[in-house]
Amino acid sequence: MTALLQSTFNGLVSGAFYALLALGLAVIFGMLRVVNFAHGAFYMLGAFGAYVLLAEAGVPFWVALVVVPLALALLGMALERAFIHRLTRLDPLYNFLLTFGLTLILQDLVKLRYGVQSSPYEAPAGLRGSVDFGLFDFPTYRVFILGFAVAVCVGVWWALARTRVGMIVRAATERPELTRALGINVGRWITPVFGFGIALAGLAGVLAAPMRAVNPLMGADLIIVVFAVVVIGGLGSIFGSVAAGFGIGMVQAWAEAYLSAFPIVAQTIVFIVMAAVLLWRPAGLFGRAEAPA
Amino acid sequence: MVMRRTVGLVAAATATAFVVAGCGGGGPQSEGDEKVTGGAIVLGVLNDQSGAYSELSGRNSVTAVELAIADFRAKYGDRAVTTDISVRSADHQNKPDLANSKAQEMYDRQGVDLILDVPTSSAALRVADVAKEKRRLYFNISAATTDLTGKSCNKYTFHYAYDTYMLANGTGRTTTEQVGRNWYILYPNYAFGQDMEKSFSAAIADAGGRVVGKDGAPFPNTSGDYSSYLLKAATLDPKPDVLGTMQAGAELVNVVKQYNEFELRDKGVSLAVGLMFITDIHSLTPAALAGTTYTDAWYWNFDQQNREFADRFQQETGARPSFAHAANYSAATQYLEAVQAAGTDDADTIVAELEGKEVNDVFLRNGKIRAADHRVIHDAYLAQVKPQSEVTEEWDYVRILDTIPAEEAFRAPSPDCTL
Repeated sequence: MTALLQSTFNGLVSGAFYALLALGLAVIFGMLRVVNFAHGAFYMLGAFGAYVLLAEAGVPFWVALVVVPLALALLGMALERAFIHRLTRLDPLYNFLLTFGLTLILQDLVKLRYGVQSSPYEAPAGLRGSVDFGLFDFPTYRVFILGFAVAVCVGVWWALARTRVGMIVRAATERPELTRALGINVGRWITPVFGFGIALAGLAGVLAAPMRAVNPLMGADLIIVVFAVVVIGGLGSIFGSVAAGFGIGMVQAWAEAYLSAFPIVAQTIVFIVMAAVLLWRPAGLFGRAEAPA
Repeated sequence: MVMRRTVGLVAAATATAFVVAGCGGGGPQSEGDEKVTGGAIVLGVLNDQSGAYSELSGRNSVTAVELAIADFRAKYGDRAVTTDISVRSADHQNKPDLANSKAQEMYDRQGVDLILDVPTSSAALRVADVAKEKRRLYFNISAATTDLTGKSCNKYTFHYAYDTYMLANGTGRTTTEQVGRNWYILYPNYAFGQDMEKSFSAAIADAGGRVVGKDGAPFPNTSGDYSSYLLKAATLDPKPDVLGTMQAGAELVNVVKQYNEFELRDKGVSLAVGLMFITDIHSLTPAALAGTTYTDAWYWNFDQQNREFADRFQQETGARPSFAHAANYSAATQYLEAVQAAGTDDADTIVAELEGKEVNDVFLRNGKIRAADHRVIHDAYLAQVKPQSEVTEEWDYVRILDTIPAEEAFRAPSPDCTL
């Protein structure tokens, strides 16, 4: 029982990263119809941002947690203005390739400056050690990540559901033409929403720095899983991406804990689930079939 | 549909990039009747220059080979068999197919006499096949598989720095004797990891220890998470004394970070690392690894001779050399010495010159190039990462606990090998 609880907890922590990344992807896809392949690279930049600030300017984790996502949001908005918005009217394929190219460029720039070897980053002093839950104890930092990620997801949900901007974003996501016809300027929200999605990726990156290897390729493998998560949750579904993120994290952790005799299962479980979900519900668990135009 | 088209296009773009990258680099022309082919010696460094293994070897190994050439020139001057010695290098991106085609290109079109380095066991084995087919020399430095001197050995391939047996025998045996008998082994589930797991299990059993649990983690591990395995390690019965991790590079970094996070050392589970380079310790910081034992093929601050080489290397590269860098230097030097002694670069003559030779240089201590399987044996070292408080100089992160004599450090020639 303790073991099950522990692996579930671990799964939720992994899932927190998937959820934050998938949420950003979902918001961006909903508003811009862009499959942002560069999301993993921004996650990597988030972790590197934290590392560079600490190593070169002594800026602590807590400040990086705010500064880095903001800086990346600005970078994201600049890139959206400079490149991505020029291609949004064309086949989605073009932006897919553009962001794929951006990924390679960003990765190689970091590689050029910092090499491929991982850079060291420690958890902040207040979050070291572990918390005793009676049945088992768990690293404090992981507890923090879980709580923080859930808070961010709830905050985003609240903003989308209860604020005027959120309503516009939801309306523009679901019925872009109709929203425009009602006299709402959808265009002016596109760039900030892209920046917001990127900020979420950067936030996940900062959170990952103390527990994952910080290197230029850290986002490259992860992003493939996150794409699968988004597809499972339903492309463009905000709730779906978060639910699928946490869900997949748990499924992976259980597979690792209970099917460790078959490492290949833990390795492929995400894609097995994706295939099964697509057979059963082609639009994903929480996605809707293509909306009539 | 869109997705399928997209994937197709991405694949096409990637393929094009490879084709373009593969072009360029003409071959040297051969003429005249000098002692060496075309009057020139060309050394080819084939390794990972952009990926996970580019720091532990990579471009800095090209620099190490250049240092060897400079030293050879300085030593022989006008008496040198030729003054036209150059280095070619290529990035195999740890892909066996690419390693295969790059090796062919080096031998056929660039006039390379000797291929050096080649990390990643699967890639290294493909290059050994090319060397055999082309009857040209190949000194492997950075790959670990014992198959290079086992069932895949051949007349033109030499295995220089280390192998899985050396690592397991050093770390597995000594840790069992000195730290604890019960092990939990975590390995990346692919050729290298499986090979390491087998070698370690055998070495641990030989030393009277016991493997109470072992797990193959996904490779590559996309989630970057090892917590399921680490938690399991702490709950096994009997409780393991040692966690042996066979992960390398960035994956090793993940395991170590999470090992510290779950405070396994405080729970009485020590850490032993299958394969580690000084560059890994530099990146993880010695604090994260303090007390960890591992087997090293060479250490830059072991004695004055090593340190002098390390100083020169650092001037050129800004970093201290890993054992792979030193081994590349040594391999290039020993090849050039053999050519000088034989007065020719004919591969068969050089093989005869090298076989059975006993060598001492900056990398090889009590070194011997075994004729039976072309394993280059030499002293190996049991190293332990110092606690942060004892680190007084950047890069000086370990102390050498023990020297493992050359004859004990490597396995006896395998009956599977017929040259």
